[in-house]
Amino acid sequence: MAESAVAAGAGEVVHVHPEELGFWRTYVFSTDHKMIGKQYLFLGLFMAVVGGLLAYAIRWQLAFPDTEVPGWGFVGPEDYNALVTMHGTTMVFFVAMPILLGAFGNFLIPLMIGARDMAFPRLNRLSFWTLLGGSLVLLSSFFVPGGAASAGWTGYAPLSARPIYTGVNWGLNLWLLAHAIEFASFLMGGVNFLTTVMIMRAPGMTFFRLPILIWQLLTAAVVFLLSVGPLIAGAIMLLMDRIAGTSFFVPEGGGDPLLWQHLFWFFGHPEVYVVLLPAVGLAAEALPVFCRKPLFGYRWIIYSTLTTAILSFIVWAHHMFVSGMDPRLAMPFSFTTILISVPFAIMVFAMIATLWGGSIRFTTPMLFAVGFLSMFIVGGLTGIFNGSAPANIHVHATYFVVGHFHYTLLSGVLFGGLAGIYFWFPKMFGRMLNETLGKIHFWLTLITFNATFFPMHLLGLGGMMRRIANPMQYEFLQPLQPLNVFITVSAIGLLLAQLPFLINLVWSLAAGRPAEANPWEAATLEWSAPSPPPHGNWGEAIPVVYRGPYEYSPPEVAQDWLPQDRALAARPG
Amino acid sequence: MEASVATRTAPQILPGKVGVWWFLASEIMVFGGLISSYIVARLASSGWSAEAAHLSVPIASLNTLVLLTSSMTMVLAFGAVGRGDRRGVRTFLLCTILLGLTFLGIKAYEYSSELRAGFMPVTSPFWNFYYTMTGLHALHVLAGVITNLSLFVAARRGLRNAHRVELAGLYWHFVDVVWIFLFPLLYLT
Repeated sequence: MAESAVAAGAGEVVHVHPEELGFWRTYVFSTDHKMIGKQYLFLGLFMAVVGGLLAYAIRWQLAFPDTEVPGWGFVGPEDYNALVTMHGTTMVFFVAMPILLGAFGNFLIPLMIGARDMAFPRLNRLSFWTLLGGSLVLLSSFFVPGGAASAGWTGYAPLSARPIYTGVNWGLNLWLLAHAIEFASFLMGGVNFLTTVMIMRAPGMTFFRLPILIWQLLTAAVVFLLSVGPLIAGAIMLLMDRIAGTSFFVPEGGGDPLLWQHLFWFFGHPEVYVVLLPAVGLAAEALPVFCRKPLFGYRWIIYSTLTTAILSFIVWAHHMFVSGMDPRLAMPFSFTTILISVPFAIMVFAMIATLWGGSIRFTTPMLFAVGFLSMFIVGGLTGIFNGSAPANIHVHATYFVVGHFHYTLLSGVLFGGLAGIYFWFPKMFGRMLNETLGKIHFWLTLITFNATFFPMHLLGLGGMMRRIANPMQYEFLQPLQPLNVFITVSAIGLLLAQLPFLINLVWSLAAGRPAEANPWEAATLEWSAPSPPPHGNWGEAIPVVYRGPYEYSPPEVAQDWLPQDRALAARPG
Repeated sequence: MEASVATRTAPQILPGKVGVWWFLASEIMVFGGLISSYIVARLASSGWSAEAAHLSVPIASLNTLVLLTSSMTMVLAFGAVGRGDRRGVRTFLLCTILLGLTFLGIKAYEYSSELRAGFMPVTSPFWNFYYTMTGLHALHVLAGVITNLSLFVAARRGLRNAHRVELAGLYWHFVDVVWIFLFPLLYLT
């Protein structure tokens, strides 16, 4: 009986493009969401190499201050400021967002909801090309007179508000311009994500049958759309300060530097969740597949995601406890900050409970998903120290904070993002990645990641400030210098640990084992399309959805998973 | 779990309309950030009313009227789309464009008289905000005028993409509403 209803529901006439598109339309100016997703992925990976090299120069300078960085050159204090600024900006806006939102969002949203493409394919192409332009503007700022922006990735005023304060004029203007372009790109992308999921779902794909990743991407898109506005306003004001000579953020002219911090963090904190939620989603997709068990607490994860999104708008001033804002604000913002750890803890517990009693398959994507979970817990726990005002005052702007946000954000991008790449690579490129190289990559990454970032907490508790170029200038930091050397060696190890991945990527793209449609025996809709999916994703008929996304080990069927698009005959008896 | 098959739950709605609403939501936050910054800064300091008194309320009132009228002609253009009245669409789009340009012209006159009187963007925090807020708004009006102009030209060849008039209308009304907030905040307080 269900069958006939299905046929009627799916009886939609489809238009599959039969004509061959040329090289340029296929690989460069493509409107196909899958190609655009891959473009985002490669742009993000390229920028990650840039950001990683910046990290290398930063770490060398901190371990061996004022010595020549091998293969780089001498890094003075001004250059050092530019390096940390550009490292932060590159990694957050041009690596994390392109990979987690751009690549996975574009590639997976239509495939997972059962659509042939995004709602606005040409807008999609425009957002990628806009982002590429923004990346080029950002990279070009290294080469203008005065060098790149050096006011920190947060661009705190008044340091950033007058060119003479940093000695950087065009570098910082271009830095602002690169942000503006990046925001425009992801605004277009966010509008596209939301519209696509709202109106392009396959028949039967109700909101509560959407994979968790789609919910996380949607929430991230809403959070981004609604939080970036005030920073755009702030950026306009900052640009006016720098170019027209107004004094929005300059105290001499009657302005208020704290206003910039409020506007920046009103966006800056939700941005953390814009990056983190998709990472959680990527891990949450891999876990049930490799545990052969339904995701634990599907609806609770969704409600927690939405709660996180709402709370993320009222936590921003926890970045500002020592900034000189009204101290009475510290209490409410401490409260909301600690409150937001509750929905996130629910998500983490739900993922741990998914592992419980599962028949776990330790594939590379599974290792990275579990790696994300465990590393993220460390970041979450240190977040409680940062979030409560009394502890924050002690560790504020120290390496404790640097350790904390690398355990949250970098665990999301590195472990979450790599879980996603290892998981969907067969779907994206039609070939399998090499498992042995993948496992080598995972273990090296896990060890060097912890060796790099865990000691930063100790440095921070020892009092090392996060923005100094030369710790040896401070007598009380000199005994901690061996720790700095250890971190630098580990960080170089972490960078080198990515080589097996790059080799794997290139080798598997060219000569990997061809992937079948559903190599992981997963239940979500994207695995019902061929690997790689053709233009239009499915042949004549769009799949019809009968059930939720995580039906593993169901009693009804002999195989241990039940794809979302498989109809079952009515139960006998 | 054998679930029944729901038919397509999403209503047949124009994708562009959903997109434009989300876009406007983000735009609200841009102006929201600017306006809240202005309100907070203004409440925290004194003497801004005296500076605001240098602005010309009659000119701004006239400009408000012009912009409100342009919203009306935009709605009339949308109504003409519904009737398939190509001539009406073009006429009312042209009215909207001309009224938008009138608004910008009056604004330019206002700017020049304020600049001649010595009130520069750098003069004081009030003028920082005044020029930035109205300037950003004027850029939005200009973007709307260009959008409407492209629709006006497109309507010469028929009404194939006339649903875009509705989308442009949503944006145009939004720009109008922003002015409804800016006018009392800057001129009347």
